[in-house]
Amino acid sequence: MTATAPRGVVGRPWRKVDALGSATGRAVYADDMYLPGMLIGKQLHSIHAHALIRGIDTSQAEALDGVHAVLTGADLPVAYGIFPVSQDEHALAVERVRYVGEPVVAVAAVDEETAERALALVEVVYEPLPEVTTYEAALAEDGPRIHGEGTGANIHRSNAFEFGDVAEGFSVADHVREDVLFYSGNNHAAMEQHAAVAEMGSDGRLTLWTSTQVPHYVHRTLEKVLEMPAGHIRVIAPAVGGGFGGKTDPFSHEITASKLAMVTGRPVKITLTREEVFYAHRGRHPVLMWVRTGFTADGRITAMHFRSLLDGGAYGSYGAATTLYTGALQTTTYRIPAYRFEGVRVFTNKPPCGPKRGHGTPQPRFALEVHLDKAADDLGIDPVELRLRNAVEPFSETVNHLRITSSGLRECIEEVTRASGFAEQRGKLPRGRGLGFAIGAYMSGAGLPIYWNDMPQSEVQLKVDRGGGVTVYSMAADVGQGSTSVLAAIVAEVLGLEAADLSLVTADTDLTPIDLGSYSSRVTFMAGNAALEAATKLRAMVFDAVAAHLEVPADSLVAAERRVGVDGDPERSVPWSEAVRLAAAAFGPLTASGAYTPPDLAGPYKGSGVGPSPAYSYSACVAAVACDPETGVVAVEKVWMAHDVGRSINPLLVEGQIEGSVHMALGEVFSEEQAFRGGMHIGPSLLDYKIPSILEMPPVESILIETVDPEGPFGAKEAGQGPLLPVLPAIANAIHDALGIRVDELPITPWKVLQAVRDLERGGDGRVGPAGLPDVPFREPLRVELPQQWQEVAAP
Amino acid sequence: MRLPPFTFLEPATLAEATKMLADQGPAATTVAGGTDLYPNLKRRQSSPKTLVSLRRVDGLRGIRANGSGTTIGATTTLGEVAAAEVLPGAIRDAAGFVSSPQIRNVGTIGGNLCVDTRCDYINQNEEWRRAVDFCLKDRGEICWVAPRSSHCWAVSSTDIAPVAIALEAEIRLASVGGERVIPAEALYRDDGIEWLTRAPDEILTEIVVPGGNGMRATYRKVRRRGTIDFPILGVAVAVDVDGGGECTSARIVLGAIASAPVRASEAEEFLAGKRLSDEVIEETARLAGKAARPQDNTDLNSRYRKRMVPVEVGRALRSLA
Amino acid sequence: MTARLLTLEVNGTTHHIAARDHATLLEVLREDLGLTGTKHGCELGECGACTVLVDGAPWLSCLTVAREAEGRRVTTIEGLAKGPEPHPLQVAFADLGAAQCGYCTPGVLMSASSLLETDPVPTTQQIKEALAGNLCRCTGYIKIIEAVHLAAERAGAASGPGTGGAS
Repeated sequence: MTATAPRGVVGRPWRKVDALGSATGRAVYADDMYLPGMLIGKQLHSIHAHALIRGIDTSQAEALDGVHAVLTGADLPVAYGIFPVSQDEHALAVERVRYVGEPVVAVAAVDEETAERALALVEVVYEPLPEVTTYEAALAEDGPRIHGEGTGANIHRSNAFEFGDVAEGFSVADHVREDVLFYSGNNHAAMEQHAAVAEMGSDGRLTLWTSTQVPHYVHRTLEKVLEMPAGHIRVIAPAVGGGFGGKTDPFSHEITASKLAMVTGRPVKITLTREEVFYAHRGRHPVLMWVRTGFTADGRITAMHFRSLLDGGAYGSYGAATTLYTGALQTTTYRIPAYRFEGVRVFTNKPPCGPKRGHGTPQPRFALEVHLDKAADDLGIDPVELRLRNAVEPFSETVNHLRITSSGLRECIEEVTRASGFAEQRGKLPRGRGLGFAIGAYMSGAGLPIYWNDMPQSEVQLKVDRGGGVTVYSMAADVGQGSTSVLAAIVAEVLGLEAADLSLVTADTDLTPIDLGSYSSRVTFMAGNAALEAATKLRAMVFDAVAAHLEVPADSLVAAERRVGVDGDPERSVPWSEAVRLAAAAFGPLTASGAYTPPDLAGPYKGSGVGPSPAYSYSACVAAVACDPETGVVAVEKVWMAHDVGRSINPLLVEGQIEGSVHMALGEVFSEEQAFRGGMHIGPSLLDYKIPSILEMPPVESILIETVDPEGPFGAKEAGQGPLLPVLPAIANAIHDALGIRVDELPITPWKVLQAVRDLERGGDGRVGPAGLPDVPFREPLRVELPQQWQEVAAP
Repeated sequence: MRLPPFTFLEPATLAEATKMLADQGPAATTVAGGTDLYPNLKRRQSSPKTLVSLRRVDGLRGIRANGSGTTIGATTTLGEVAAAEVLPGAIRDAAGFVSSPQIRNVGTIGGNLCVDTRCDYINQNEEWRRAVDFCLKDRGEICWVAPRSSHCWAVSSTDIAPVAIALEAEIRLASVGGERVIPAEALYRDDGIEWLTRAPDEILTEIVVPGGNGMRATYRKVRRRGTIDFPILGVAVAVDVDGGGECTSARIVLGAIASAPVRASEAEEFLAGKRLSDEVIEETARLAGKAARPQDNTDLNSRYRKRMVPVEVGRALRSLA
Repeated sequence: MTARLLTLEVNGTTHHIAARDHATLLEVLREDLGLTGTKHGCELGECGACTVLVDGAPWLSCLTVAREAEGRRVTTIEGLAKGPEPHPLQVAFADLGAAQCGYCTPGVLMSASSLLETDPVPTTQQIKEALAGNLCRCTGYIKIIEAVHLAAERAGAASGPGTGGAS
């Protein structure tokens, strides 16, 4: 797509199309739906982390007045999973339970209280098995297996690659540094608990309204598990109360609500409790990481070796991708001539981990940026300068075959350090106060879909009514980020309309053309490009008709301010409504469609499907902290974030994503942890799981950098995930500036800060963190040939 | 999440309320704001048959100053206490630190004085507790915090009590049998299950805060966030200072480290008769730290909470110096 | 447990319904009165999503037994607008992007509207304190704070000298 300069709505701050819906309470979320005759579904969960199911007696529950159906795993025997390689889940446990909170039985009853009473009458006989809840237990060769029979290490995924000659790179290094860091697991904690309402129509078609980010993947899963043709199933995402990756898996309650609706003939709603949300989870993987980097004396990276060990919980979920993501994007910010990555994901008896904002990349980004901050100290080089010396150049290729297009990394670094006064203040503030710096990059949509296919990843259709009204159809689910408004802006910009002139139909598998969903920051770029193409085609038809009417060449026309006419000549123009009448008379049905398929970006090796993206956003962050060395309490005083968004379609929404990312990062760095005692979640509630309140939130200064990506719609790239990445390491680095300590293990609690301070006072290195990785049987790396431009570099 | 079924009674007078409570027996419980009780009921930590609501009982709400001090009716909301200029700053602060604005709009001072003890193992839903097996405080036979203990270690989580004790406030209790007034400290028992000395048929009707000439008091609260969270340590300090700047007496009360508020008696005795110099403050704080033996059953860890006792007591004393 | 008559005044309308004693105000609003604008994020009083006004003060409807609201004025998000005219806070939230997913928004707006009733021109600190019981996961609260300021400014301008004060 060409990046035309916008002259209408694109680039202006404006109100989201649905902004008053939520502000007036009129937006309908799944749990707000009350259908005639609707039953309430509830699920019974495993009370064991690991056990065999020896029997389930549902007879008393079934006999209870008001109960319409009771389901067990036997009723839904087909396995599923988001990835073709990980079809390891059942809607209700079959034969074995693998974590506390796993759904085992589902009932539908006239109301919630009856459903709960029914569940209390269900007898499940378990035969407990030994629990596997630590890395060490998961890796033990003689321990119990969570999937499959017998014993043996519970390794779900194991990947290893080497790009370039790492041994050679380390051998020429003047300085080599190693670090070990731990990033704890955490939950998305979207404010809306997941909810689903299913209804079986009298025509034999099933409709599911569900709070999902990915109607298409839910659709596919229902087709498989319910063994129904996809064409008989309709999945609709109503208003969705936040996702952050937590609503990108197909979930048990979506399938069981559907099945219950099928067997009862009544609509069925299942709304998860907050506790159940923590069990459904799919949150950030805990990752233990080891990184070794070689540098020349002047700070240029000669080689990097990165290892990650992921605790995946009980099922695959997105873990196959997550594992690869912990190694894929290090090279998108730094020019690393030789790179080796080894990653292993283990199964444990805990709720399954999956994708959360940044999917598998915040963990290595935290490790890398802290590691580089330490390396800068070792080398006596300013940490900003160290980054600049290694910064990836725009329009280049990384050693692991990632194509980089536009990059505002340098501008981000320059702007954020200037705005924050980083150079003037770092290292010069009184004890307890400090500044930290870090950078990051993220994908504007994954280059490859979750299941292999060569069809478009996004399609958008437009239809014009006789009065000039334009309806936009897209399956992309707006989960609060404003994706629907972004599509509206793009269409309105091209057609010279206002976003309010459009009718938006989204996230409905019956009515809207494919979009893979709101994950991997893909909607603005991919659905945006599809919308741009559709609108451009529609405009071409309108221009042709108006050109004939005005007797001017079509390429002299512009569409702006609800008129179509000769550029710069208001006398020779017609209102939009008149223009579409001319076009309908000339061409018949006024519809247009557009599609987006990413370029073929995969590298020449197996495993290269994760990491490529048509464009990367770049961020640079400075955080200011005030630490209390007596209490260990750290307050973040301010965050500066420069973000290369390519083109800001709507600055309000971009700033909102940055501010929200800072908030989420703040929780992850200090207080949020999906913590367990054995297999028991320590506090599955919003009281115990501590999301920062308004009182903890610092001011955020957002600096939007526009590099106008050649392939993004109007040059736009992502904004929803990238800005989270540098916040955590910037804060950790700021704490080091403030107190001279290193807490290399998240969350950074007051107690860890105090331990590090005490260690420093006693002459230690002032570090708290993991000592090393356990004995992980990383596989022998796949040696991948270098990209052409790197071969030339390596040759002399 | 649904509340368990109960009958909700709304007496209009104290006499009616005490009679209802006496008639219903132990299956009844009083409720005022309900911000502590209702979550516990939703988690099925208990299932009373009858709730006797005090919210509409005449005369239980309001703040009255008189010659010797101030009387706060039990159903006065925490928000009203926090805003009452007639009250000592320490008790206003403590009320203002409780949970969130919404909770303070309905939660009452009487409710906070009586707030149920809390523990990582009890404030969980029924299914969770079944998974680990129930504990001493509800249906079980073991304390998961201290498995060899025959005692429940659930934590006193009131913000008001430490201040009330430090201010030497008194509590008025009423039942069909009459009224009694006890020192605030005597309301508590170091037992996570029977944490109050209030009889089941008694209603806490008011708290009387004495007016102290020369008394200075403060309350400090440790928790993760500046809102919503219960205390994981509360420090209330009141000192009586004479004209010469000497502490004639002191009360140092630690909240949220045991099943009842804890007096740091050794520290209090050390401080008596001394000026609040840096050295005296440091030693007082150190001695106060010895009084705390928290368990690992709240947010953060017990070692951290213990370490914070001298820090917070020191800061409290410095703010009073 | 039998149901009893419950009389509630919600958004200026008196409703008579049958409810069991243990029904919460949240359940009655959503399930009996169809006022689904009031949300729930935890049902345990920990997130603020279910905030409504009772006699003008923010209460958590998930921790309110519906019977306790009898004889009091209940205002929900549906009652904030004057007919088709949105409340200045609603407009400001829309204008500034203070609602992203929108799920916490009704609760936030109820807390904020109560604040503006008592403090028409609040400071940032007052806004933070008033909203300290409302968790938001999307916005980082920044645009929420800005929107409350904006609504206060606009209300001030609308009722300032020359308009409201002339008589």
